[in-house]
Amino acid sequence: MTKSFAPGMKIQSFPLMISEKLKSYKFWFVFTPYFWLVLFFFIPLALIFKISISIAEWGMPPYKDLFEFTENGFQINATLNNYIFVFSDFYYFKSYLNSLSLAFTSTLICLVIGFPIAFYVAKSSERVRNIMLIFLIIPFWTSFLLRVYAWKVLLQGNGLINSLLIKFGIIDNPLPLLHNHYAVILGVVYTYLPFMILPLYGYLVKFDLNLIDAAYDLGAKPIKAFFKVILPLSLPGIVAGSMLVFIPVVGEFVIPEMLGGSDRLYFGKMIWEEFFQNRDWPIASALAMSGILFLVVPILIFQKQYEKYNLK
Amino acid sequence: MIKNLNFLKIGLLSFGFMFLYFPIFTLVFYSFNDSERVMVWTSFSFRWYSELFHNEQILEAFYTSLKVAFLSASFATLIGVMVGYSLARIKYIPFRIFFIFIGTSPLVMPEIILGLSFLLFFITTNNLIGFPSSKGFLTVLISHITFSIAFVGVIIQARLSSFDKNIEEAAQDLGAMPNKVFWKITAPVILPSIVSGWLLSFTLSLDDLVVASFTNGPGANTLPIVVFSKVRLGLSPEVNALSAIVLLVVMSAALIFYFANKKSNIQK
Repeated sequence: MTKSFAPGMKIQSFPLMISEKLKSYKFWFVFTPYFWLVLFFFIPLALIFKISISIAEWGMPPYKDLFEFTENGFQINATLNNYIFVFSDFYYFKSYLNSLSLAFTSTLICLVIGFPIAFYVAKSSERVRNIMLIFLIIPFWTSFLLRVYAWKVLLQGNGLINSLLIKFGIIDNPLPLLHNHYAVILGVVYTYLPFMILPLYGYLVKFDLNLIDAAYDLGAKPIKAFFKVILPLSLPGIVAGSMLVFIPVVGEFVIPEMLGGSDRLYFGKMIWEEFFQNRDWPIASALAMSGILFLVVPILIFQKQYEKYNLK
Repeated sequence: MIKNLNFLKIGLLSFGFMFLYFPIFTLVFYSFNDSERVMVWTSFSFRWYSELFHNEQILEAFYTSLKVAFLSASFATLIGVMVGYSLARIKYIPFRIFFIFIGTSPLVMPEIILGLSFLLFFITTNNLIGFPSSKGFLTVLISHITFSIAFVGVIIQARLSSFDKNIEEAAQDLGAMPNKVFWKITAPVILPSIVSGWLLSFTLSLDDLVVASFTNGPGANTLPIVVFSKVRLGLSPEVNALSAIVLLVVMSAALIFYFANKKSNIQK
């Protein structure tokens, strides 16, 4: 650890240091992403925050400037009313809960379906495994929107599933399969399953099969071997896969819009509607900010803690 | 016991693959249906394929999508490599925590919030300095680059963290300049990760509907936007044909990749 790439260990004159820095690729490697991400990621986020504490008014843009110079002098038009409104209205809170419950349920289902698939693929012979892996990746590369659309075709009143059920005489009238929250869960599980399987596979493939045999030899029953050996060793894969499913699903807009109905409202759709339909920018921004606060921040903290735990 | 296990394994695997492929193949099947109504089978025809290839709106959107995806993947890979390298190898980064935050949190940011923030930003800069003059190709491109950077960044960072730093330091001790170390040692090692980062950014951009819906403007409709407007309220036989083509392209690419890989493995 005594060696360092940093060239600035010697004391140098300031202009020399600057010119040396500009020549070093390391300076540009830090500066370029800094510049781009502050400009196009951080400032836009700060802007959401600014608008979320602004007062709505008619016009373009449809909110009052935060700082204003009027005949009465300098004036700050900040308000917390948007947040109070968003938090006090059960309508918004419920959409947030619905999104969380959707994310939780579908992550769990993806795990239950995905784990055995990932396990058996990882434990197959190398030739078979590579072919199966290709077939797991193909849906992942196929358009997300088209895969959701496929379920719309299947679940229609006169869709394939209803037609088959009627043909075999199981039901007389088509079931209302589409436009409810079960259809949304199905669509989410379907589109996000590869996100669960691939990281799980990545961990399970490194896993030594002899460990299971060893557990059996030492007298463990299959269930015990699973909970004591397989599960703890694949925990990092489970966490990674679950995060990849859970996080995007909380803000999911497209699947509820295509497959969902009016029985449940979701967080993503709330923001969309406040912005595009009601044209209420401050409320949409307050919703987005609370989304960041209650979703992104906890996840970042979790990741940090999890890393620490893993290092131990 | 062993037989039971095999039975279970084959059963579970075939259930899994059925679940993954059945819906897509249903679309392919119905794409050959001549009827206007998607679900009512009349006769086999290529009618919707020919209509698809004569649909100016879809063709134009497809071309726009490819352009955006190609450019955004290239720029995002360039900047993403810098992010990943900085996080894994550069000890002194000013405000490191902040750098980590802006470099990785687009990964966990719901796309609807990202889209909203981009749109508000472009409207504000347009009011302030008149740039961008209108929403369109450029705004979609910038937003796609921005959210793809983090994905490339983590891929590169992961590769570099698992690669022994001592090799780079040894090269330096043997007298190689830092720039040379980077081009001769680090760059070749992360090259496969750069390729997968580029491919991932390309698909992310090609697939994105939500962010593009916020940032697109007249003349910059991407393919997902056009498809979504067609299928939001109903079904569209042209979209079925499109799905079949997408599946065909992805499958052939995957199989070519598989066999190319196999060949190079054998040669080794």
